[in-house]
Amino acid sequence: MTAAPPLPSRNATASSGPGRRSLARFRKNPVGVTAAAIVGLLFLVALVTGIGACFGVYFPYDPNATNLAQKLRAPDAAHWLGTDNLGRDVLSRLLNGSYISLTVGFIAVAVSLSIGVAVGAVSGYLGGWVDNVLMRIVDAILCFPTFFLILTAVALLGPSIINIIVIIGLVSWTGTARLVRAEFLTLRESEYVRAARTLGQRSPAIIFRHILPNAAAPIIVTAVIGIPDAILTEAGLSFLGFGVQPPQATWGNIISDGKTYFLDAWWLIVFPGLAIFVAALSFYLAGDALRQAAESRSERK
Amino acid sequence: MVTFIIRRLLISTVLLFLISVVSFFIITLTPGSPYPWGELNPKISPQVKEAFKKKFHLDRPLYEQYWLNMKGLFSGTLTSIKDDRPVLDRIGERLPATVRLNVLAIVISLTFGLLLGVYAARHAGTLPDLLTSILAFVFIALPGFWVSNLIVIGLVKFTDAPILGTQTYGTDFPNLVSLWLDQFWHLALPAMVLSIGGIAVQSRYIRASMLETLREDYIRTARAKGLGDDVIFYKHALRNSIRPLITGIGGLLPALIGGSVIIETIFAYPGLGRLGYEAVLERDYPTLVALNFIVAALVLLGNLISDLLYAVVDPRVRLE
Repeated sequence: MTAAPPLPSRNATASSGPGRRSLARFRKNPVGVTAAAIVGLLFLVALVTGIGACFGVYFPYDPNATNLAQKLRAPDAAHWLGTDNLGRDVLSRLLNGSYISLTVGFIAVAVSLSIGVAVGAVSGYLGGWVDNVLMRIVDAILCFPTFFLILTAVALLGPSIINIIVIIGLVSWTGTARLVRAEFLTLRESEYVRAARTLGQRSPAIIFRHILPNAAAPIIVTAVIGIPDAILTEAGLSFLGFGVQPPQATWGNIISDGKTYFLDAWWLIVFPGLAIFVAALSFYLAGDALRQAAESRSERK
Repeated sequence: MVTFIIRRLLISTVLLFLISVVSFFIITLTPGSPYPWGELNPKISPQVKEAFKKKFHLDRPLYEQYWLNMKGLFSGTLTSIKDDRPVLDRIGERLPATVRLNVLAIVISLTFGLLLGVYAARHAGTLPDLLTSILAFVFIALPGFWVSNLIVIGLVKFTDAPILGTQTYGTDFPNLVSLWLDQFWHLALPAMVLSIGGIAVQSRYIRASMLETLREDYIRTARAKGLGDDVIFYKHALRNSIRPLITGIGGLLPALIGGSVIIETIFAYPGLGRLGYEAVLERDYPTLVALNFIVAALVLLGNLISDLLYAVVDPRVRLE
């Protein structure tokens, strides 16, 4: 007998049967498809404005160009969403802020996902005292009021975009860790993992090539739902003045700067708030539709 | 039961120790200093600086500072850098307001979450279910600070309703009832905004829990007996589905205290969240250390109580 036949790899599971069926179910969900389309659109806007900002190209105006003669103008043909107290165009600032929000969302989730998956996988796969110690650490972190912890750390370390991303990532991995651990606890007892172990596969190979791809669906869903959480947290920090610092526009700090003038200029609060709300809602609805699509797959099994 | 409580208390003590160490080092190791003057301010004589450092033990090594802070916290002698008052007094006078706010927010979250979740589960798979699901996500996605700002400013602009603080200042209340009414009105808005997210999360839990219960064998038995849908749903399934809510309460606490930092700031509500926010701004280390410790202790206690409650309502759960 030659070497053991390769077991189904990550690619095989993702491109064939169940994965594709989940995707087909997702396409039949109108709410999910609409939400995903809005997410895609936001992504495109953020990408285009982000790249444009690198080359100094802005639409429709330079988001940081002040013009005191034009300050606090109500929405009109020249300034679709009005101008703020320094005469800066609100639409330009909203568009310019979009890539900050999405960057914070995506990278913070990437950080929290890496930690969460690593801790959950080790904890669930090894079990025993390692599991015990790691889960008590998770318990301890869950005792902190998360937002307050983030606020303390950001305020004391200084509110740069990197600090904000890393700190949000560092405090929000506990949910992922618990979820991945639970998946690993069940999957490590399954037939195919035992088979892999009997064939002499090493633990890292079993964890990454065999168990992880099968736990992918819930992990992807947590990631999609984690993005709006991070976006909302960043907006909250910006609102308190501890977010990404001015003059860089973010959705949160446009509201924060605008609240002083709100009685005269409703557009300074209403539009950026709507942007945060629509972005967060689309991610949540898309994530929930993905969850449903993945779940009906496991139910059928 | 007794051994369970003792074991949990021991574990909680260890956790609390770890939390206090970590939060102490997060607070003190970060750059910046708590001095009320600029580090290089020439007008402050070195003697005054030394005396200040000595008073708050800032001249000692960190591990000693930790020990002195903790000792001060437990003996009640730890004072705030800002106004030199004992931190326990500062926290104590804010605690009732926070407890009132959070308890009301939890009650609102549970009540409306339950109603919404049960309604969605009863109509599972139909349009009303879809709409309530979307509504739940709308609630989660609404940024609390945005909503509360819109409410505050809308009320200021269109009514003369008093909304800031815990009661209307400068008013003499003829009797206790009118004072309570006034306080309740001041409490209601922040509590409502604070519970928006909680309502949504609870309704999703309840819905999932109901649908899971409806797949149980005893539900099939009840159906086979010929019981009506409503009886099965409200009498058999509902009672067994609301138990997970109780464990949810413990988890709600830290989120509410965290969320109330923003809400309390907007509504100028003198609770622990705002105290913490002010202490962060002022780098008031003793207050921050004490606050983190007390909040963590409250959360651990809340978790313990919700576990015990869970065992009381569900005799199948064995505490070991």
